[in-house]
Amino acid sequence: MERSLFKAQRISALLLAPWVLIHLGLILYAVRGGLTASEILARTQGSMFWGLFYGSFVLLVTIHAPIGLRNILREWTPLKNNNINPMCFMFGLFIFVMGIRAVVAVVSV
Amino acid sequence: MGDTSKSKLEVRIWRGKDEGGFSSYFVPMRDNQTILDVVTEIQREQEPALAYRFACRVGVCGSCAMTVNGKPRWTCRTHVTKVAGEGVLTLEPLRNLPRIKDLVCDMSAFFQKWQKAGGKHVGTATRKDRPALVDITNPARVTANAAIECINCAICYSACDVVAWDKDYLGPAALNRAWTLVNDERHGERDETFDKSFGEGGCSSCHSQGNCTRHCPVEISPSESIAGLKRAAFSGLPNTGSQ
Repeated sequence: MERSLFKAQRISALLLAPWVLIHLGLILYAVRGGLTASEILARTQGSMFWGLFYGSFVLLVTIHAPIGLRNILREWTPLKNNNINPMCFMFGLFIFVMGIRAVVAVVSV
Repeated sequence: MGDTSKSKLEVRIWRGKDEGGFSSYFVPMRDNQTILDVVTEIQREQEPALAYRFACRVGVCGSCAMTVNGKPRWTCRTHVTKVAGEGVLTLEPLRNLPRIKDLVCDMSAFFQKWQKAGGKHVGTATRKDRPALVDITNPARVTANAAIECINCAICYSACDVVAWDKDYLGPAALNRAWTLVNDERHGERDETFDKSFGEGGCSSCHSQGNCTRHCPVEISPSESIAGLKRAAFSGLPNTGSQ
Protein backbone atom coordinates (compact mmCIF):
# COMPACT_ATOMS: atom_id res chain seq x y z
CA MET A 1 0.00 0.00 0.00
CA GLU A 2 2.88 2.37 0.78
CA ARG A 3 4.16 2.19 -2.77
CA SER A 4 0.72 2.91 -4.24
CA LEU A 5 0.24 5.87 -1.92
CA PHE A 6 3.72 7.15 -2.78
CA LYS A 7 2.96 6.99 -6.49
CA ALA A 8 -0.49 8.55 -6.09
CA GLN A 9 0.95 11.45 -4.13
CA ARG A 10 3.78 12.11 -6.58
CA ILE A 11 1.55 11.92 -9.68
CA SER A 12 -1.13 14.11 -8.11
CA ALA A 13 1.59 16.66 -7.17
CA LEU A 14 2.85 16.65 -10.74
CA LEU A 15 -0.63 17.38 -12.07
CA LEU A 16 -1.52 19.84 -9.33
CA ALA A 17 1.47 22.10 -9.98
CA PRO A 18 0.11 23.71 -13.19
CA TRP A 19 -3.42 23.66 -11.78
CA VAL A 20 -2.31 25.69 -8.75
CA LEU A 21 -0.50 28.21 -10.96
CA ILE A 22 -3.62 28.69 -13.11
CA HIS A 23 -5.74 29.02 -9.96
CA LEU A 24 -3.40 31.66 -8.48
CA GLY A 25 -3.30 33.53 -11.80
CA LEU A 26 -7.07 33.51 -11.87
CA ILE A 27 -7.27 34.99 -8.37
CA LEU A 28 -4.85 37.76 -9.32
CA TYR A 29 -6.85 38.48 -12.48
CA ALA A 30 -10.16 38.65 -10.62
CA VAL A 31 -8.80 40.86 -7.84
CA ARG A 32 -6.82 43.23 -10.04
CA GLY A 33 -9.69 43.57 -12.48
CA GLY A 34 -12.04 44.29 -9.57
CA LEU A 35 -14.61 41.73 -10.63
CA THR A 36 -17.72 41.52 -8.46
CA ALA A 37 -19.15 38.19 -7.32
CA SER A 38 -21.92 38.42 -9.86
CA GLU A 39 -19.44 39.14 -12.65
CA ILE A 40 -17.43 36.09 -11.63
CA LEU A 41 -20.53 33.92 -11.48
CA ALA A 42 -21.55 35.17 -14.91
CA ARG A 43 -18.32 33.75 -16.26
CA THR A 44 -18.41 30.44 -14.39
CA GLN A 45 -22.10 29.47 -14.48
CA GLY A 46 -22.72 26.99 -17.23
CA SER A 47 -19.02 26.84 -18.10
CA MET A 48 -17.91 23.33 -18.92
CA PHE A 49 -14.28 24.47 -18.86
CA TRP A 50 -14.32 25.85 -15.31
CA GLY A 51 -16.44 22.92 -14.14
CA LEU A 52 -13.88 20.44 -15.45
CA PHE A 53 -10.92 22.50 -14.27
CA TYR A 54 -12.06 22.91 -10.69
CA GLY A 55 -13.67 19.46 -10.58
CA SER A 56 -10.32 17.87 -11.45
CA PHE A 57 -8.60 20.25 -9.03
CA VAL A 58 -10.79 18.97 -6.21
CA LEU A 59 -10.16 15.38 -7.23
CA LEU A 60 -6.37 15.86 -7.23
CA VAL A 61 -6.41 17.60 -3.86
CA THR A 62 -8.57 14.80 -2.50
CA ILE A 63 -5.84 12.34 -3.48
CA HIS A 64 -2.83 14.45 -2.55
CA ALA A 65 -3.66 16.10 0.77
CA PRO A 66 -4.80 13.09 2.85
CA ILE A 67 -1.64 11.13 1.89
CA GLY A 68 0.54 14.04 2.99
CA LEU A 69 -1.45 14.43 6.19
CA ARG A 70 -1.03 10.70 6.82
CA ASN A 71 2.75 11.04 6.50
CA ILE A 72 2.82 13.99 8.90
CA LEU A 73 0.65 12.22 11.48
CA ARG A 74 2.82 9.08 11.22
CA GLU A 75 6.00 11.03 11.80
CA TRP A 76 4.92 13.56 14.37
CA THR A 77 2.25 11.86 16.51
CA PRO A 78 2.21 8.60 18.46
CA LEU A 79 -0.90 7.53 16.50
CA LYS A 80 -0.75 4.18 14.72
CA ASN A 81 -1.79 3.44 11.13
CA ASN A 82 -5.04 1.76 12.20
CA ASN A 83 -6.13 5.14 13.60
CA ILE A 84 -4.44 7.38 11.07
CA ASN A 85 -5.77 5.65 7.94
CA PRO A 86 -9.51 6.08 8.70
CA MET A 87 -8.88 9.63 9.92
CA CYS A 88 -7.17 10.56 6.66
CA PHE A 89 -9.80 8.78 4.60
CA MET A 90 -12.49 10.84 6.32
CA PHE A 91 -10.41 13.99 5.78
CA GLY A 92 -10.21 13.17 2.07
CA LEU A 93 -13.93 12.56 1.92
CA PHE A 94 -14.56 15.90 3.63
CA ILE A 95 -12.34 17.75 1.13
CA PHE A 96 -14.06 16.00 -1.78
CA VAL A 97 -17.61 16.78 -0.62
CA MET A 98 -16.85 20.40 0.27
CA GLY A 99 -14.85 20.94 -2.92
CA ILE A 100 -17.43 19.45 -5.26
CA ARG A 101 -20.16 21.36 -3.45
CA ALA A 102 -18.27 24.62 -4.12
CA VAL A 103 -17.67 23.75 -7.77
CA VAL A 104 -21.32 22.90 -8.32
CA ALA A 105 -22.32 26.16 -6.61
CA VAL A 106 -20.34 28.36 -9.01
CA VAL A 107 -20.81 26.35 -12.18
CA SER A 108 -24.45 25.29 -12.05
CA VAL A 109 -26.91 27.63 -13.73
CA MET B 1 54.33 7.45 17.37
CA GLY B 2 56.29 10.21 19.05
CA ASP B 3 55.06 12.99 21.28
CA THR B 4 56.02 15.91 19.08
CA SER B 5 53.94 18.57 20.73
CA LYS B 6 54.06 20.00 24.21
CA SER B 7 50.35 20.73 24.21
CA LYS B 8 47.72 18.49 25.72
CA LEU B 9 44.48 17.46 24.14
CA GLU B 10 41.36 17.65 26.31
CA VAL B 11 39.05 14.71 25.63
CA ARG B 12 35.54 14.86 27.06
CA ILE B 13 34.01 11.39 27.03
CA TRP B 14 30.43 10.40 27.84
CA ARG B 15 30.41 8.04 30.80
CA GLY B 16 27.32 6.05 31.71
CA LYS B 17 24.24 4.92 29.83
CA ASP B 18 21.31 7.28 29.19
CA GLU B 19 22.05 9.00 32.45
CA GLY B 20 25.60 10.01 33.04
CA GLY B 21 27.91 12.84 32.22
CA PHE B 22 31.12 13.87 30.53
CA SER B 23 34.49 13.13 32.11
CA SER B 24 37.54 15.02 30.93
CA TYR B 25 40.87 13.35 30.21
CA PHE B 26 44.09 14.89 29.00
CA VAL B 27 46.41 13.17 26.55
CA PRO B 28 49.50 14.44 24.72
CA MET B 29 48.98 15.75 21.22
CA ARG B 30 50.90 13.54 18.78
CA ASP B 31 51.54 13.37 15.08
CA ASN B 32 49.28 11.05 13.09
CA GLN B 33 46.94 10.47 16.01
CA THR B 34 43.46 9.14 15.32
CA ILE B 35 40.43 9.48 17.58
CA LEU B 36 40.60 5.75 18.20
CA ASP B 37 44.25 6.06 19.22
CA VAL B 38 43.23 8.67 21.79
CA VAL B 39 40.39 6.58 23.20
CA THR B 40 42.65 3.53 23.41
CA GLU B 41 45.35 5.54 25.18
CA ILE B 42 42.84 6.79 27.73
CA GLN B 43 41.40 3.32 28.29
CA ARG B 44 44.83 1.73 28.74
CA GLU B 45 46.49 4.41 30.83
CA GLN B 46 43.81 6.39 32.62
CA GLU B 47 40.37 4.77 32.62
CA PRO B 48 40.41 0.95 32.38
CA ALA B 49 36.62 0.79 32.84
CA LEU B 50 35.97 2.86 29.70
CA ALA B 51 33.77 0.92 27.27
CA TYR B 52 34.21 1.40 23.53
CA ARG B 53 34.15 -0.81 20.47
CA PHE B 54 36.70 -1.45 17.75
CA ALA B 55 38.14 -4.36 15.76
CA CYS B 56 40.14 -3.78 12.58
CA ARG B 57 41.52 -0.25 13.20
CA VAL B 58 41.82 0.33 9.44
CA GLY B 59 38.37 1.36 8.29
CA VAL B 60 37.03 -2.00 7.22
CA CYS B 61 34.94 -3.44 10.04
CA GLY B 62 32.75 -0.41 10.80
CA SER B 63 32.65 -1.03 14.54
CA CYS B 64 34.41 2.05 15.97
CA ALA B 65 31.92 4.75 14.94
CA MET B 66 31.16 7.39 17.56
CA THR B 67 29.87 10.92 17.74
CA VAL B 68 32.90 13.20 17.61
CA ASN B 69 32.32 16.87 18.38
CA GLY B 70 28.66 16.44 17.46
CA LYS B 71 29.14 14.53 14.20
CA PRO B 72 29.14 10.78 13.60
CA ARG B 73 32.54 9.59 12.39
CA TRP B 74 34.64 6.46 11.96
CA THR B 75 37.21 7.04 14.67
CA CYS B 76 39.96 4.78 13.34
CA ARG B 77 40.32 6.87 10.19
CA THR B 78 39.62 10.30 11.66
CA HIS B 79 42.73 12.22 12.60
CA VAL B 80 42.61 14.40 15.67
CA THR B 81 44.05 17.35 13.79
CA LYS B 82 41.10 17.24 11.42
CA VAL B 83 38.43 17.69 14.09
CA ALA B 84 39.98 19.11 17.28
CA GLY B 85 40.45 22.69 16.17
CA GLU B 86 40.10 24.08 19.70
CA GLY B 87 42.18 21.33 21.24
CA VAL B 88 39.06 19.72 22.70
CA LEU B 89 37.40 16.48 21.64
CA THR B 90 33.90 15.58 22.80
CA LEU B 91 33.09 11.91 22.30
CA GLU B 92 29.62 10.36 22.67
CA PRO B 93 28.01 7.14 21.44
CA LEU B 94 26.18 7.18 18.10
CA ARG B 95 22.80 8.89 18.02
CA ASN B 96 19.56 6.97 17.27
CA LEU B 97 20.71 3.72 18.90
CA PRO B 98 20.10 2.54 22.49
CA ARG B 99 23.12 3.18 24.68
CA ILE B 100 24.75 0.30 26.57
CA LYS B 101 27.69 1.90 28.35
CA ASP B 102 29.98 4.86 27.70
CA LEU B 103 30.70 4.87 23.93
CA VAL B 104 29.02 1.56 23.11
CA CYS B 105 25.50 1.29 21.75
CA ASP B 106 23.19 -1.59 20.91
CA MET B 107 23.29 -2.17 17.15
CA SER B 108 20.47 -4.78 17.12
CA ALA B 109 17.78 -2.51 15.68
CA PHE B 110 20.16 -1.35 12.95
CA PHE B 111 20.83 -4.89 11.74
CA GLN B 112 17.23 -6.03 12.20
CA LYS B 113 16.19 -3.29 9.83
CA TRP B 114 18.58 -4.68 7.20
CA GLN B 115 16.58 -7.89 7.36
CA LYS B 116 13.28 -6.01 7.33
CA ALA B 117 14.37 -4.20 4.15
CA GLY B 118 15.01 -7.54 2.45
CA GLY B 119 18.77 -7.17 2.79
CA LYS B 120 19.56 -10.89 2.79
CA HIS B 121 21.07 -12.17 -0.43
CA VAL B 122 19.26 -15.22 -1.79
CA GLY B 123 21.34 -17.21 -4.19
CA THR B 124 19.98 -18.79 -7.35
CA ALA B 125 22.76 -21.29 -7.98
CA THR B 126 24.14 -24.27 -6.14
CA ARG B 127 27.75 -25.07 -5.38
CA LYS B 128 27.70 -27.45 -8.34
CA ASP B 129 27.02 -24.60 -10.77
CA ARG B 130 29.90 -22.65 -12.19
CA PRO B 131 30.38 -19.12 -10.81
CA ALA B 132 28.06 -16.54 -12.34
CA LEU B 133 29.52 -14.61 -15.25
CA VAL B 134 28.69 -11.05 -14.29
CA ASP B 135 28.85 -8.39 -16.96
CA ILE B 136 30.58 -5.56 -15.12
CA THR B 137 29.55 -3.07 -17.80
CA ASN B 138 25.84 -3.68 -17.29
CA PRO B 139 24.30 -0.42 -15.95
CA ALA B 140 22.53 -2.28 -13.11
CA ARG B 141 25.84 -3.86 -12.06
CA VAL B 142 27.55 -0.46 -12.17
CA THR B 143 24.76 0.93 -9.98
CA ALA B 144 25.07 -1.94 -7.51
CA ASN B 145 28.85 -1.55 -7.37
CA ALA B 146 28.54 2.14 -6.53
CA ALA B 147 26.66 1.27 -3.33
CA ILE B 148 28.07 -2.13 -2.40
CA GLU B 149 31.04 -1.16 -0.21
CA CYS B 150 28.98 -0.29 2.88
CA ILE B 151 30.86 -1.28 6.06
CA ASN B 152 27.76 -1.31 8.32
CA CYS B 153 29.15 1.36 10.63
CA ALA B 154 25.70 2.96 11.25
CA ILE B 155 27.09 6.45 10.78
CA CYS B 156 24.38 7.23 8.22
CA TYR B 157 21.75 5.81 10.59
CA SER B 158 23.06 8.06 13.34
CA ALA B 159 23.16 11.12 11.08
CA CYS B 160 19.62 10.64 9.76
CA ASP B 161 16.97 12.96 11.23
CA VAL B 162 14.13 10.79 9.89
CA VAL B 163 15.45 7.86 11.95
CA ALA B 164 15.50 10.20 14.95
CA TRP B 165 11.82 11.04 14.74
CA ASP B 166 10.37 7.87 13.13
CA LYS B 167 11.52 4.71 14.87
CA ASP B 168 9.93 2.55 12.17
CA TYR B 169 12.04 4.09 9.40
CA LEU B 170 14.43 1.47 8.03
CA GLY B 171 17.24 3.97 7.59
CA PRO B 172 19.76 4.75 4.85
CA ALA B 173 22.04 1.72 5.24
CA ALA B 174 19.26 -0.88 5.02
CA LEU B 175 17.69 0.81 2.00
CA ASN B 176 21.09 1.22 0.35
CA ARG B 177 21.59 -2.51 0.82
CA ALA B 178 18.16 -3.23 -0.67
CA TRP B 179 19.06 -1.11 -3.70
CA THR B 180 22.24 -3.12 -4.32
CA LEU B 181 20.24 -6.36 -4.23
CA VAL B 182 17.53 -5.00 -6.50
CA ASN B 183 20.33 -4.34 -9.01
CA ASP B 184 22.05 -7.69 -8.47
CA GLU B 185 21.29 -10.23 -11.19
CA ARG B 186 22.40 -13.05 -8.86
CA HIS B 187 19.82 -12.18 -6.19
CA GLY B 188 16.88 -14.57 -6.35
CA GLU B 189 14.32 -12.32 -4.64
CA ARG B 190 14.65 -8.94 -6.33
CA ASP B 191 10.88 -8.36 -6.38
CA GLU B 192 10.54 -9.30 -2.71
CA THR B 193 13.40 -7.03 -1.68
CA PHE B 194 11.90 -4.19 -3.68
CA ASP B 195 8.50 -4.75 -2.03
CA LYS B 196 10.08 -4.75 1.43
CA SER B 197 12.03 -1.57 0.72
CA PHE B 198 8.67 0.08 0.07
CA GLY B 199 6.97 -1.33 3.15
CA GLU B 200 5.98 0.66 6.18
CA GLY B 201 8.92 2.86 7.19
CA GLY B 202 10.54 2.17 3.83
CA CYS B 203 12.08 4.43 1.22
CA SER B 204 8.96 6.59 0.82
CA SER B 205 9.61 7.90 4.35
CA CYS B 206 12.95 9.40 3.29
CA HIS B 207 12.97 13.21 3.17
CA SER B 208 16.07 13.36 0.94
CA GLN B 209 17.90 15.56 3.45
CA GLY B 210 21.18 13.91 2.49
CA ASN B 211 22.78 13.70 5.95
CA CYS B 212 23.57 10.04 5.23
CA THR B 213 25.54 10.86 2.11
CA ARG B 214 27.28 13.81 3.76
CA HIS B 215 28.58 11.67 6.64
CA CYS B 216 29.22 8.31 4.97
CA PRO B 217 32.93 7.58 5.62
CA VAL B 218 33.32 5.40 2.53
CA GLU B 219 31.63 8.01 0.33
CA ILE B 220 28.62 5.96 -0.65
CA SER B 221 25.46 7.91 -1.43
CA PRO B 222 22.51 6.22 0.30
CA SER B 223 20.43 9.24 -0.83
CA GLU B 224 21.05 8.23 -4.42
CA SER B 225 20.20 4.60 -3.68
CA ILE B 226 16.92 5.59 -2.02
CA ALA B 227 16.14 7.89 -4.96
CA GLY B 228 16.77 4.88 -7.22
CA LEU B 229 14.23 2.81 -5.29
CA LYS B 230 11.69 5.64 -5.55
CA ARG B 231 12.27 5.98 -9.28
CA ALA B 232 11.86 2.25 -9.72
CA ALA B 233 8.33 2.57 -8.31
CA PHE B 234 7.46 4.23 -11.63
CA SER B 235 9.95 2.70 -14.04
CA GLY B 236 10.01 -0.87 -12.72
CA LEU B 237 12.97 -2.91 -11.54
CA PRO B 238 16.32 -2.17 -13.20
CA ASN B 239 17.21 -4.40 -16.12
CA THR B 240 20.05 -6.58 -14.92
CA GLY B 241 20.35 -8.31 -18.26
CA SER B 242 19.59 -11.71 -16.75
CA GLN B 243 15.81 -11.85 -17.30
